[in-house]
Amino acid sequence: MREVAIVGVGMTPFGELWELSLRDLFVDAALAALRDAKADHLDAIYVGNMSGGQFVGQEHVGPLMADHLGMRGVPSTRVESACASGGAALRAAFFEVASGASDLVLASGVEKMNDGADVTRVLATAADQESEVYHGVTFPGLYALIARAHMAAHGTTLEDLAAVSVKNHAHGALNPKAQFRQKVTAEQVMASSMVADPLRLLHCSPVSDGAAAVLLCPLSRAKEFTQRPIRIRGTGMASSSMALADRKDPAYLDAVNLAANRAYEMAKLGPKDINVAEVHDCFAIAELCALEALCFTERGRAGEATRAGETSLGGRLPINTSGGLKSKGHPVGATGVAQAIEIVEQLRGEAGERQVKDAAVGLAQNMGGSGASSVVHIFERV
Amino acid sequence: MPSPRYWREIPARYRLEGGRCPKCGKVVYPIRKVCPECRTEGLETIALSRRGRVVTSTVIHVSPTEFLMEAPYPMVIVETPEGARLMVQVADSDPDEVKPGMEVALEFRCIQREGHSGILCYGHKAVPIR
Amino acid sequence: MAGIVGYGAFIPRNRITSEEIARQWGKDPAAIRRGLLLEEKSVPGIDEDTITISVEAGRYALERAGIDPQLVGALYIGSESHPYAVKPSGTVVLEALGIGPDVHVADFEFACKAGTEAMFVALNVVESGRAKFAMGIGADTSQGAPNDALEFSASAGGAAYLFGKDHLLADVVETYSYTSDTPDFWRREGEFYPRHGGRFTGEPAYFKHVTSATRTILERTGLKPADFRHVVLHMPNGKFPLAAGKELGFTKEQLATGWIVNTMGNTYSGSSPTGLAAILDVAEADDLILITSFGSGAGSDSFVLRATSLLPERRGRAPTVRSMLDGRRHYLTYGQYAKYREKIIVND
Repeated sequence: MREVAIVGVGMTPFGELWELSLRDLFVDAALAALRDAKADHLDAIYVGNMSGGQFVGQEHVGPLMADHLGMRGVPSTRVESACASGGAALRAAFFEVASGASDLVLASGVEKMNDGADVTRVLATAADQESEVYHGVTFPGLYALIARAHMAAHGTTLEDLAAVSVKNHAHGALNPKAQFRQKVTAEQVMASSMVADPLRLLHCSPVSDGAAAVLLCPLSRAKEFTQRPIRIRGTGMASSSMALADRKDPAYLDAVNLAANRAYEMAKLGPKDINVAEVHDCFAIAELCALEALCFTERGRAGEATRAGETSLGGRLPINTSGGLKSKGHPVGATGVAQAIEIVEQLRGEAGERQVKDAAVGLAQNMGGSGASSVVHIFERV
Repeated sequence: MPSPRYWREIPARYRLEGGRCPKCGKVVYPIRKVCPECRTEGLETIALSRRGRVVTSTVIHVSPTEFLMEAPYPMVIVETPEGARLMVQVADSDPDEVKPGMEVALEFRCIQREGHSGILCYGHKAVPIR
Repeated sequence: MAGIVGYGAFIPRNRITSEEIARQWGKDPAAIRRGLLLEEKSVPGIDEDTITISVEAGRYALERAGIDPQLVGALYIGSESHPYAVKPSGTVVLEALGIGPDVHVADFEFACKAGTEAMFVALNVVESGRAKFAMGIGADTSQGAPNDALEFSASAGGAAYLFGKDHLLADVVETYSYTSDTPDFWRREGEFYPRHGGRFTGEPAYFKHVTSATRTILERTGLKPADFRHVVLHMPNGKFPLAAGKELGFTKEQLATGWIVNTMGNTYSGSSPTGLAAILDVAEADDLILITSFGSGAGSDSFVLRATSLLPERRGRAPTVRSMLDGRRHYLTYGQYAKYREKIIVND
């Protein structure tokens, strides 16, 4: 397999973007990525999108986007893995380049969530329809079950959960593209309205519109497009049981661990080699569980590590410098690609006020549903 | 929901029918074609006991529209004596009393309705045993 | 004759007191309690209906009988609050109980008499030899109109009876039905609440049919009121069954065990069947038992039963009616009651 680099990135701001439709969002992000690389053609496009169909009634999203990007003729495929759609699109694009089949491939993600759909219902389609959603559980409800299991098994506290939201908002305040740019305090988090006990409104990522795109090419050609190519050193993906009831330990994200180990192995690196990471904090508890599954902390110690500031900017291993899903926003299909963009900017030294000093190796972890799928990528500065 | 999809799930929802792997003994609920542990096909149908223990719980405050009038309601993962786990609402209980390890009975309830004119959908909910 | 081989009851755990309802409408709670002899009544949850109550009662009946549900050849459910206008309750219940497909099923209705009707037909199917076992269930979650007398009594609950020829818990000695067209209480298709004829529901309706049915069955069996250990009559409120019982010559003691309306309310098709279950929960071998139901419109079914020595052995297999009446309950405010009874308008 060939080495693969990211040579261009582009994304829209994330938020309630009333003026922009699903296709508008994609085009803005894709054009920005192409401009960033000064590239003018593509061999293939991958579009991560959880549900154009349920949010805006639009399926067949792949060719729609190629068409509106002015790239009719280019093969374009929509990739779906619920909230891991973006990461899965990136992985598919990676293999298309690594295999030698194509040279210039756009990996993108887009979601338009604010056009009036019943968002709770649509997001719940990522869970098991027959055994979970039928009985009345919601997405936050699944993570609340995970939170309570984690609290019972490891002594994780409500303060630990609040610390994640506080940290991510503090980071997001420094991100011009973030949906929420204001800081929050632990008191505000704990006083926000209850969604599914113990998760409150400010523990939960928002409903967002947005798109993100990265341009991949073989590392051998990267200098044609950019002075600062970022190599994708490893990719790993795994699945787990769809129903939370079928997980051996509901407090443990085994798919994340499997995906991470595969990425670490491919990259020939370990958790200690990572300088900065974006993890999938759809809910505050998810960040804590991800840290443990990624082996960034010991099992049960993620809450402690967060409260101690280890994962804040300036700490041992800054996590979610973008603001994470919580503060930056979570247009579902776009998230996995936006995570990659944050790492690329960190490794290029272009992260502005969010810059992690001397970041050379970064990781992005994207996850679907309550953890039934996860994709992990490891990036390094060339 | 559409009738055929609902009707297919009746043995699982009305009689708590799960499957036991003839090779490794793993009990799954609902039944499926392939054992998730050892990939053996041809699981045997077994009816789960109508009771179990709570594994973990939450209380849903912001509910889907079908459950608006019932919110807030507790939801739990219950493990039956056969070792199967299922996710159900808790009925007839104080949300604060629902804790891991609590013993519950599984009672037949109307889970949801398709609006005013659609079908009625039944299943089980957990009720604390006192 | 065939008889009862298994029985079970189910009463929802929610309650509302007469006091709470009286306060809502500015009535004097003490006067209501005195006038109707009602303290509180059961309220079904949003997730409970005639079908769910029938399933739980049916499960208990099968447990007490200890038979394979596949042997049940007929299943009848009587109610005036079947969840569907068209689609049987009986088919959902048969699937949940593990009965069928070799089974005859019908839903019955006749105001509050539908339960004993289902029992009557089930008994006869077994007697005729067409089925080894047959189940008759009476269950309801009927509505009472706001600020109407029936709001104090209309409640939810039911009981299931499994009939067979061997290993009887109670013999059926005799049955008799008395029926006429008496429009004392009705509900037209599409109406949410029933309507009634006020005091016309008393003498010409309830009392006439209950006493006529009971007197006739006594004649036919040659039994006298004093021969019975337990008697249960349909309970539309606390007063009517006590007055009818007295008129017929029964004592308070004979009526006491089956008289559960004061804390259960009127479970319509479940009323006398659930009272009968309360009796079977304590009856001793050879006790004679009388049950007379009443359904508006109008009619009464009477049964004379004799408890067997197998009854005390088997009844411990499932919960008693008293344990459901006196055990864990949850009291509702009127607002919660209105929400559960869907008296609040919501968007579709």
